[in-house]
Amino acid sequence: MNDAFGRPASVLVLGGTSDIARALVRQLTAGGTDKVLLAGRDQARLDEAVDEARAAGAGSVATLLFDARNVAGAPGVVDSAFAEAGRVDLVVVAVGLLVDNETEERDPAKVAECVAVNFAWPAAALTRVAEHFRTQGSGRAVVLSSVAGVRVRRANYVYGSAKAGLDEFARNLHQALTGSGAGVTVVRPGFVHSKMTLGRPSAPMSTTPDAVATDIVRGLENGAEVVWSPGKLRAVFLALQLLPEPLWRRLPG
Amino acid sequence: MPKPLLTDRPAASKSTEGTPNKAGAPESEDRMLFGWGRTAPSRASVLAPEDPSGVSRALSLVGSARGVIARGLGRSYGDAAQCAGGLVIDTRHLDTIGGIDPETGDVEVGAGVSLDRLLRVGLPQGWFIPVSPGTRQVSIGGAIAADVHGKNHHADGSFGAHVSALTLSTPSGAFEVSPDADPDLFWSTAGGMGLTGVVTRARVRMRRVETSWMRVDTERHGDIDSLMSALERVDAEHRYSVAWIDCSARGRRLGRGLLDAGNHATVSELTGRRARRRLDPPPERTLRVPFPAPPLAINPVTVAAFNEAWYLKSPSRRAQIRHLSGFFHPLDALGNWNVVFGRRGFVQYQFVVGDEHRDVVVHSIEHLQRARCPVTLAVLKRFGPGDPGPLSFPIPGWTLALDLPVGPPGLRPALQALDRTVANVGGRVYLAKDARLDPELFRTMYPRLDEFEAVCRRVDPRGALGSDLSRRLQIGAERAR
Repeated sequence: MNDAFGRPASVLVLGGTSDIARALVRQLTAGGTDKVLLAGRDQARLDEAVDEARAAGAGSVATLLFDARNVAGAPGVVDSAFAEAGRVDLVVVAVGLLVDNETEERDPAKVAECVAVNFAWPAAALTRVAEHFRTQGSGRAVVLSSVAGVRVRRANYVYGSAKAGLDEFARNLHQALTGSGAGVTVVRPGFVHSKMTLGRPSAPMSTTPDAVATDIVRGLENGAEVVWSPGKLRAVFLALQLLPEPLWRRLPG
Repeated sequence: MPKPLLTDRPAASKSTEGTPNKAGAPESEDRMLFGWGRTAPSRASVLAPEDPSGVSRALSLVGSARGVIARGLGRSYGDAAQCAGGLVIDTRHLDTIGGIDPETGDVEVGAGVSLDRLLRVGLPQGWFIPVSPGTRQVSIGGAIAADVHGKNHHADGSFGAHVSALTLSTPSGAFEVSPDADPDLFWSTAGGMGLTGVVTRARVRMRRVETSWMRVDTERHGDIDSLMSALERVDAEHRYSVAWIDCSARGRRLGRGLLDAGNHATVSELTGRRARRRLDPPPERTLRVPFPAPPLAINPVTVAAFNEAWYLKSPSRRAQIRHLSGFFHPLDALGNWNVVFGRRGFVQYQFVVGDEHRDVVVHSIEHLQRARCPVTLAVLKRFGPGDPGPLSFPIPGWTLALDLPVGPPGLRPALQALDRTVANVGGRVYLAKDARLDPELFRTMYPRLDEFEAVCRRVDPRGALGSDLSRRLQIGAERAR
């Protein structure tokens, strides 16, 4: 069960090798979360994450393989995860794929893959997760969105628009779950130094996976529906969203 | 997907709860439930049976997959009376009160009767409830399940000691249980947080009083040592005692507070209006907080200001005559005071440590100050000997109860550190207040858990009984799941 501080006893991570998810699992298990199920695409990297979770204090850690490019398989993945874990208090949706607009924005296959991994698969999976939560009468989903989806930029529009879709979906799923005992927390990190952004130029107010994880844990404690990381991005993007389109288009990057 | 329902109606049925449908069986209703601290809500099907046989029917039908637990007035602070995705048996219709035996004070009461109602029935006849927690809005079933204590614990023990028999509905049938006939089941039920079954009826022994007034001595003490010594001193001459602590005070004034010690006033001690109204019940009227406070309203500065004012307004006084409702249940005047903590809610942390570990009391106040966690209410009390219940909270020594708004980032780690300190000296925290304890430390604090689980297996072999609390702490059947 989630305790008074929103801390789960058991956690399922969809995208268990993501740096932010790994940092979150380290913090949760260090704080008492006992049961961890990590689902991902790469068994070798999942095994690394398993060792990390054990070292941080998890009592039971298991893994599950899946490929987020297979959207039709999403409900099956969620069902087997719940069958394996029993009651799940927290589901972290951390699947994601960054595309390079310069080389890939004109490749329909790549664009479709980006939309599938960043939006279609998570939306399908969350729909199934919500059904399990309704039966459980409790549960929390943490969905990793991005500031890239808050106002989408030309330079990153393929990834940004997919995240924008996921962000809207997850926030409204939270509304749909009102009264069910379950809820959704949307996380909007800024530029995070991680394996996903390796080799890309850093943006202002960049952050680290550990800092994002700390903000998520605080958000769970406060029952926040949206977590910005770092928190000051909330004010920055409030201003950016009010910017007229012609000005927005002229911003660098 | 299977629906956790007893009736064959759809899960979303919004009918009035407890009203019989055409088939004569009460319907359940899906509801969000949380404890008095308003943290960790979960949804369950709630069923309010009309009578004990309805409780038995419900228990015989429910599957073990989702769990079932009783709920009275929802005054446990944490997750003891909720069962996510399962069935919650609301005892509100088990509301009969028999006649009070004029010789012994014994009375047969339904589990859903509140202490408030029992008091209003008893007082005009000169009978008071044997143990009174800080609120009257507690059901008899809940008072037994949490084995509640009051300001008279040092003299009279906890609630279970004043129950001579009870009827317990379990998944393997209904039993008449008494301390003589089946002591294991009786004492596991007292303090067992509802995990042995649903109490449907109990025989409670009331206390004979001459008046509904108290003769109270109040002492103001400027530091914790003086306050604790005074508590030790007054217990010999007073049936009731408790101390309020200003947890904002630091340094030399750390742990300063007010001590209230009282006895029931006799008729000869009353004069004037009070003598004419010697057995008056508490006022019926309660105020309500109109809206939740904004999150910033409760912070170290406002709490310290309130504490300062409260401390200064109460000089030491001897032998004041006060009505028992103000002495026992000051917070009942505000029907829903728990909403002042806003959306995030609050936790109450109550622990007990042995007499020789009074330093833990001092340490806990300092520790929460260092962690910058405001304490909105702190109550200190001495316990006498505990009763035989394996999960009953009281052990002889010092108990401190702290109301802590959720919000300060340091609160959770601070309480985890206090858990370890308390467990290390053989103390424990109170499950009726808990919403956050770690399962391993729980086992250290309650070393007789195995005895309790053996009783649970006897009456509930399929493991149908369970609550969010039993899941979180991995009690009984939940350990294997």
